[in-house]
Amino acid sequence: MSATTRVIGEVLLKVEGINLSFGGVRALSEVSFDIRKGEIRAIIGPNGAGKSSMLNCINGFYHPQQGSITYKGQPRRQMRPHEAAAQGIARTFQNIALFRGMSTLDNIMTGRLLKMKQNFLMQALYWGPAQREEIAHREHVEKIIDFLEIQAIRKVPVGRLPYGLQKRVELGRALAAEPELLLLDEPMAGMNVEEKEDMCRFVLDVNEEFGTTIALIEHDMGVVMDISDRVVVLDYGRKIADGTPDEVRADQNVIDAYLGVAH
Amino acid sequence: MLFFFEVLIGGLLSGVMYSLVALGFVLIFKASGVFNFAQGAMVLFAALTFVSLLKLMGSEVPGDGIFLLALVITLAAMMAVAVGTERFVLRPLVNQPLIVLFMATLGLNFFIEGLAQGIWGNDVHALELGISDRPVNLLDLFAGKSAVAPTPIAPVGPIVDPVAPTGSGQPDEIVIETVNIAPTAIIVRGGILVSQFDLFAAAIAGLLVLTLALFFNYTRIGRALRAVADDHQAALSVGIPLQHVWAIVWAAAGLVALVAGLLWGSRLGVQFSLSLIVLKALPVLIVGGFTSISGAIVGGLIIGATEKLAEVYVGPIIGGALENWFPYALATIFLLFRPQGLFGEKIIERV
Repeated sequence: MSATTRVIGEVLLKVEGINLSFGGVRALSEVSFDIRKGEIRAIIGPNGAGKSSMLNCINGFYHPQQGSITYKGQPRRQMRPHEAAAQGIARTFQNIALFRGMSTLDNIMTGRLLKMKQNFLMQALYWGPAQREEIAHREHVEKIIDFLEIQAIRKVPVGRLPYGLQKRVELGRALAAEPELLLLDEPMAGMNVEEKEDMCRFVLDVNEEFGTTIALIEHDMGVVMDISDRVVVLDYGRKIADGTPDEVRADQNVIDAYLGVAH
Repeated sequence: MLFFFEVLIGGLLSGVMYSLVALGFVLIFKASGVFNFAQGAMVLFAALTFVSLLKLMGSEVPGDGIFLLALVITLAAMMAVAVGTERFVLRPLVNQPLIVLFMATLGLNFFIEGLAQGIWGNDVHALELGISDRPVNLLDLFAGKSAVAPTPIAPVGPIVDPVAPTGSGQPDEIVIETVNIAPTAIIVRGGILVSQFDLFAAAIAGLLVLTLALFFNYTRIGRALRAVADDHQAALSVGIPLQHVWAIVWAAAGLVALVAGLLWGSRLGVQFSLSLIVLKALPVLIVGGFTSISGAIVGGLIIGATEKLAEVYVGPIIGGALENWFPYALATIFLLFRPQGLFGEKIIERV
């Protein structure tokens, strides 16, 4: 499934020795792995393994007690969410987090907020450069809408859309920021086969056409093994395996974690 | 017919004063999806700080240097309240359910109220902005004649009941009409009398609304606001600095509170019950919609005009005091048939 045109480059993001606990509960312990430029990196594991926590650490929602996150060569202990966004990390959520009252178009436009440079006065008067800027961003958003094939729901408030489409709009909002690293938290959860196939296609296309690095959490093993370059497996907050899909599939620890061990 | 217009215009102008209070609520509601219970306290805080500073620094005439300095200091104090609120109340509550935020504003209300009175005491102060409350004749104004009504009316002292401000007081103006039998009174009788102060207040409110509407509807802050109100986490993930947005909005609400505090304070006297003008903003918000700046204006105008018209035309039939409850009755009807208000965002529920 790996395309020939894709180039997987140097390490884009590296997490080292991450420890995260909530009160007495250990969510992550000593987790280390890296994500290379241009690859599709999957994070898998049973429920409660700490996958979402890991993603939340990367984009700054959670602040690990120990460990470091090196992004684009800059090590740091923790990120702040809007800083992470400003540096090119965009994400989607497990339980869709869209702006429900706003239309599809407006939702995706929020993804461009960081790219808007004109000052408030100009924007308020919608004058000259501000107008040109707004139009340019709008054009970009239209491209995303075409790409995701959601032209028909452009003006619909997203709260009214079916689940599968909401997931797609959320992906659109993340793409609008032109991220270098895209974090997808269960992009295919709760979808039927057809929707899953669509979503797979979009994820692969984003990766290929825009060269966006993608880290995704997914439960559907078939999907994960098909589309990802490398897989990291978490269980009870620890990393138990890391490698290509084939390596991971054959790993005894992974089989034990998923199927259970006979005692 | 002229009398009808006089009542209508007086009502609309007093409605603008309601809008001014409602505006503060709309801003906070847009940014956090909660009814900011502390808005009334902020109005009180602003007015009390300003009045006390005037006394403290010894301002002689309204509009002199000290007056302006006090205004600037009060504005700075409101900004400090805004930033402090964000830092110590809102920031720890990111991602909490809305009811938690609402309860926080409830606590904030008592805190600011107490703070204001703790610092400045709880005396009733008169506030003189230097705008005459004498009525002018609108028709004369258009005809280019001297518009000030010939007879001075008794100055309106501090009125304790905040829910029934009688600034544009129709009764007063009617009295003038009947009392005047001098030849000039013919002109007065044929005119439309409105309070100068009300005109001034309306102009200020209009300017404020225009500025805020431009700022929040057409800048990226506007889009960011709606995003923040909808979902904190998602807003953060697209790179909206939640903290800055909140600080900006609370500062804007502080500015609105200051303007409302000065105008209402000079009308009712600066005192504790100023914080209760919140009650008058409620029906305005319900009619206009909680999320719309233009809704706050239109809602205020509707409430102002209908309550005065109801008082004057229906009041005598059922025994008066209609003004006090009519807005709430109207709001109830709106809740039944259009719960999002005239300009509010449609409520979407997908089950």
